[in-house]
Amino acid sequence: MASKKRIWIVRDYMKCSGCRKCEIACSLFHENKIWPEASRIRVFMLVPGAEVPHLCVQCEDYPCVKSCPTEALSVNSETGAVLVDEEKCSGCGICIDACPGRIPHLHPGKKRILICDLCNGEPECVKVCQEGKWNTLSVVKRKGWNETLRAYSRTPEEITRELVINLYGEKGEELL
Amino acid sequence: MHGYAGKLLEINLSTGKVKNISLKDDILRSYIGGRGLAAKILWDKLGKEWETIDPFEAENILLVFTGPLTGFFPGGRVCISGKSPQSNGMIGSTVGGEFGIDLKCAGYNGLIITGKAQKPCYLNIIDKEVAIKDASHIWGKTGKETLKILTKETRKELHEKFPRYGELKEPSALYIGPAGENKTRVAAVMAKWTHGAGYGGYGGVMGSKNLKAIVAKGLGPLPEVENIEKVKELIKKVCKKCYKEELWRRWGTGAGGYSVGAKSSSEPIRNWQEEWHDEKSFAVDKFEQRLWIKQYWADYGCPTACLKLAMPKTGEFKGAITDNPDYELQAYLGSNLGIFTPEGNVYVSAMIDDLGLCGIQAGNVLGFAAELYQRGFLTKKDLDGIDLTWGNAKAFTELAKKIAKREGIGNILAEGSYRAAIKLGKMKNVNLLPYVVHEKGVAIGAHGIRSGKDYTSNISYACSVQAGDHTSVAALPADRRGEMATIIEDSGVYCFFNTFSVDEDLIWDFFEAVTGWRITREEWYKESGLRILQIQRAMLLLGGPDYKWNPEKDDENPPRFYDPLPSGPYAGKTVNKEAFEESKHEYYQVVGWDKNGVPKPETLRKLGLKHVEKKLREVKILA
Repeated sequence: MASKKRIWIVRDYMKCSGCRKCEIACSLFHENKIWPEASRIRVFMLVPGAEVPHLCVQCEDYPCVKSCPTEALSVNSETGAVLVDEEKCSGCGICIDACPGRIPHLHPGKKRILICDLCNGEPECVKVCQEGKWNTLSVVKRKGWNETLRAYSRTPEEITRELVINLYGEKGEELL
Repeated sequence: MHGYAGKLLEINLSTGKVKNISLKDDILRSYIGGRGLAAKILWDKLGKEWETIDPFEAENILLVFTGPLTGFFPGGRVCISGKSPQSNGMIGSTVGGEFGIDLKCAGYNGLIITGKAQKPCYLNIIDKEVAIKDASHIWGKTGKETLKILTKETRKELHEKFPRYGELKEPSALYIGPAGENKTRVAAVMAKWTHGAGYGGYGGVMGSKNLKAIVAKGLGPLPEVENIEKVKELIKKVCKKCYKEELWRRWGTGAGGYSVGAKSSSEPIRNWQEEWHDEKSFAVDKFEQRLWIKQYWADYGCPTACLKLAMPKTGEFKGAITDNPDYELQAYLGSNLGIFTPEGNVYVSAMIDDLGLCGIQAGNVLGFAAELYQRGFLTKKDLDGIDLTWGNAKAFTELAKKIAKREGIGNILAEGSYRAAIKLGKMKNVNLLPYVVHEKGVAIGAHGIRSGKDYTSNISYACSVQAGDHTSVAALPADRRGEMATIIEDSGVYCFFNTFSVDEDLIWDFFEAVTGWRITREEWYKESGLRILQIQRAMLLLGGPDYKWNPEKDDENPPRFYDPLPSGPYAGKTVNKEAFEESKHEYYQVVGWDKNGVPKPETLRKLGLKHVEKKLREVKILA
């Protein structure tokens, strides 16, 4: 049975304004500070106009969890989010290499990894994105295991390379 | 000192030495940050010999300051200043983007850049580490190329420096294009592709220091604040108000391209020969219908997203990318050049960005040159074969390239329209000043005063310490409508476009929640804000070395503003000289200046500025 809390954050890169309200909301919620690099969602801007909100996609096979040598990562059975046990995490970064999109990143102030925890089913980033009517991020229900989620896990460069073409046409190829 | 990152970074490019500077609480409380703090520091460092300092020599100082509210108040900016090569005073010139956030997260409130590097360099600030790096490979490159190379290089460096961190976000950069490198007076300090700190001409100051760019990457949080719960609540409040302004968000100031021209008759057309047009091609949605537009493009924390990106998809200007021209650029790189097609407007704007020119300053001098061509004062030969007819977008970009490179006639026009008029006038033996629309060497923003229907008034520019700057105008009463209100925004360093729909009290609440200081209205308009205004005024009056302004003669509107408007619903309207004199003297009185426009000794003493009084006496500005 899928939990009611089992959600997924849909991301529409073409709509992202780059306002980074999601970063602000995420770090305020988790750190009680505005801290761009400690945010679990981060907006990359490798080319102006091609803003890419980058956050965990909850791959169906969770390669990060499997790769963790200290068993610090686990899957929340209700939400499907990857949870980090701060005590167990050594900050080794092996999960970063295991992630197809290199999405996990080290906390810039503590020796631990940062991965989106879906705010226990009510993600703050989506709330602020919706408040602003940007609609870049929205929540959908996950009814079961969707085998294609892993395909969304891509590096900022990979996403940007395609996005610039969509935005700027053939001119986009010169920009990255 | 809540809201502050703790220190300023002073970099001497001549010696390569770097040091940290801490400031006392009372200095910060009085001068806040950004423009206010810049005025204080600049006066302390250069005030004694202000009039002798050439803005393009190593003695000048470039300041890049954030403020306590940068990153907290929605829509952060960064304030650039120094001695201005346009006004010879000091202008606080702000630019949007993420640079200020990165700088604070790296642990610095601001940068004081002195001296001059021997060869092209850029500053690289990665967290607390500062390096002066070789920039020979990016010198001469356009804005887009520069940013592309810097982003790639610094991303690589981050990977090497922090191998276990995973992917870190790209650093932010401020940079100059060829126009800055070649020390034109019309060059901007650029951010992203299309944002520029244009007023003041600090792109040329960076160029004079051989400084191509400043890159910053902060890994830390924004500084501690006094009351984080209150800050959260206030951010929400401001955003909620801004989100309600749906049309403002959708169109930004770009909605003005038709309405300001057609309705308020205050838009520069063909170098201000007219201020009215009825070209519906500039009506609000025409750009969106004809061009590819990224409708919402925001800087860090901004709820409004007034700038957008634009690109023609077909035709001869296909592939030119710039921000969808906002009102100022629709005016200065559109109607002011007789260009009334969105495609042509975008094409010229994109070139201006790439060259690192200021759209307003460059648009003003391009329009000035075209009027001289129209009147036969400049010939095709003078322009090296360019047929500078109104509306000829390609011709204007060719001339813009010459200006940025200081080639041929471009070398004279690179001085800005005022200085160019004097030089060309001497060469041609004719008075060209009637065709210059400037205030104390600064091109006037695209909001004319003749119709009386815009937000500007007869003293807006003439009495402003930032001269032609349309974002910081002198006004009566001298409170929230006027320049001291802009000083608080440029000193807290956030975008005043996000304050339009909020109450004034919320601004002071915001300062309190971040810094812990309850600044009162009284305190700001009668003391702190007024003090900053006096210092800027003193620097403007000291001027030099090439031009000094005598307020009796130079606190004046450009001659064109006394010609009656020739067309439109307000045809015949003009600035009334007597009414202007009356407003001017009333303003002088309110801000504590004597009848000649000089800060009175008692005004200066009351504000603790005896040292300013002493200097003004030394050079006989004060008797």
